[in-house]
Amino acid sequence: MEPHTGLVAMHMSDGIVDAPTSVIFGFVAVLGLAVCVARARRDLDDRTAPMAGLVAAFVFAVQMLNFPILPGVSGHLLGGALCAILVGPYVGAICVSIVLLLQALLFADGGLSALGTNITNMALLGTFVGYGVAVAMRRIATRSRGGLVLTAFVAAWVNTVVASLGFVLEYAIGGEGLALGTVIGLMAGFHALIGIGEGIITALTVGAVASVRPDLVYLTRSAAPSLTIKGVSA
Amino acid sequence: MAAGHAHPLYRAGDSVVHRLPAHVKIVVAFLFVLAVVATPREAFAVFGLQFLLLVGVWIAARIPPGWLATRALIEAPFVVLAVLLPFFADGPRVEWWGMSLAVDGLLAGWNILVKGTLGVLVSVTLAATTPLRDLVSGLSRLRVPSMVCVIATLMLRYLEVIVAEARRMRLARISRGHDPRFAWQLGATVRSVGALFLRSYERGERVHLAMLSRGYTGTMPAFTTAPASAATWSVALVPAIAAALLALSGYWVA
Repeated sequence: MEPHTGLVAMHMSDGIVDAPTSVIFGFVAVLGLAVCVARARRDLDDRTAPMAGLVAAFVFAVQMLNFPILPGVSGHLLGGALCAILVGPYVGAICVSIVLLLQALLFADGGLSALGTNITNMALLGTFVGYGVAVAMRRIATRSRGGLVLTAFVAAWVNTVVASLGFVLEYAIGGEGLALGTVIGLMAGFHALIGIGEGIITALTVGAVASVRPDLVYLTRSAAPSLTIKGVSA
Repeated sequence: MAAGHAHPLYRAGDSVVHRLPAHVKIVVAFLFVLAVVATPREAFAVFGLQFLLLVGVWIAARIPPGWLATRALIEAPFVVLAVLLPFFADGPRVEWWGMSLAVDGLLAGWNILVKGTLGVLVSVTLAATTPLRDLVSGLSRLRVPSMVCVIATLMLRYLEVIVAEARRMRLARISRGHDPRFAWQLGATVRSVGALFLRSYERGERVHLAMLSRGYTGTMPAFTTAPASAATWSVALVPAIAAALLALSGYWVA
């Protein structure tokens, strides 16, 4: 296992927010995931487990991939928007959550008490807002490959920035030490940059998948006309 | 990394801590970390005592300190945040070696540093004494939905395959002169990510068919682990309860 190098920017550790805030967001994460589990069953039926398991393994592998932001500074992919566009927001959120859970339990990456806040930011907020942006841009996305790539870029960028703003919200509720304005400036500034890397990788990955297996892109799947039987002569 | 095999932080052993049921250890670890996080930041001595509790657990689990220290380094990026805090925070400031540092920022930085470090040490201790398969069955014992447990199991089973695949693709890129330094050189990396997704997804489709042909109907056989006895719980909870009492005493002192 390669160690993460550079920024492990949003895996919050223990002690960044206080205990009550950790517990509150723990409940938020559990509730959100319960909804996702119920809805994911509808999206994938009996294929849920094997497909989601492999997608989660993919997210884990991709999170090990560092990309350059500036010389000497690198970030790694969060994968929320990528998952949402490729497998839908519910399965995507579950996959990212499982990755976060196992990273906390097996690799000590992200604090145990911060698990609720991490899942809320990266798996719930990031994935769903990213997917919301993608749905809002669906007409552009279904028009051409270029449109789909642009949609993926914007969704991933917004996903990254929104996830960092989730951190700001939690810090405002239960953090101490810094003025809120400074935190917003630091986090939003950093993640606007990280978001560009995330956006480029997400956009080109979705483009690459769409060119080979367009049926695997959840966002545009319903756009393809389904086969119907016409003109059965009586 | 097939389920049941070692993961990078696992340290095989047969101590009291290793033999505890996984769900008990998960609960104790969460409670311990919550107690640490709830401790007021000015109660400096309390953090030392909580650390001593952990040392006791390590002695019981026979984990050498050097082994732990190298694995706790994952926390390093957060040390950067903790070091930055004294420079950016508002409020009264102190002079130290010619630098103007905010008192509140120093305390906040200390807060993150000490709680983050204790938290990582707890996580590493849990991971060091619990094999993969037990961890997932422990989660299912704690009423995590079976679907999540099944996904987690499958993910862990295929993780090594997919990570190895990603590593081979990276090696292939590097051996062909790939050395990206800037965001506009991402093309080849990204095409591999796309290819990796396709391979993962198509592997998922094949696994699904293989499961169907072996009689899979959409539900997995239940994970069964024995419940822990009251005696086990009462022994295992000692460190967590002690940490919580220490946190409380911190409020009394502060």
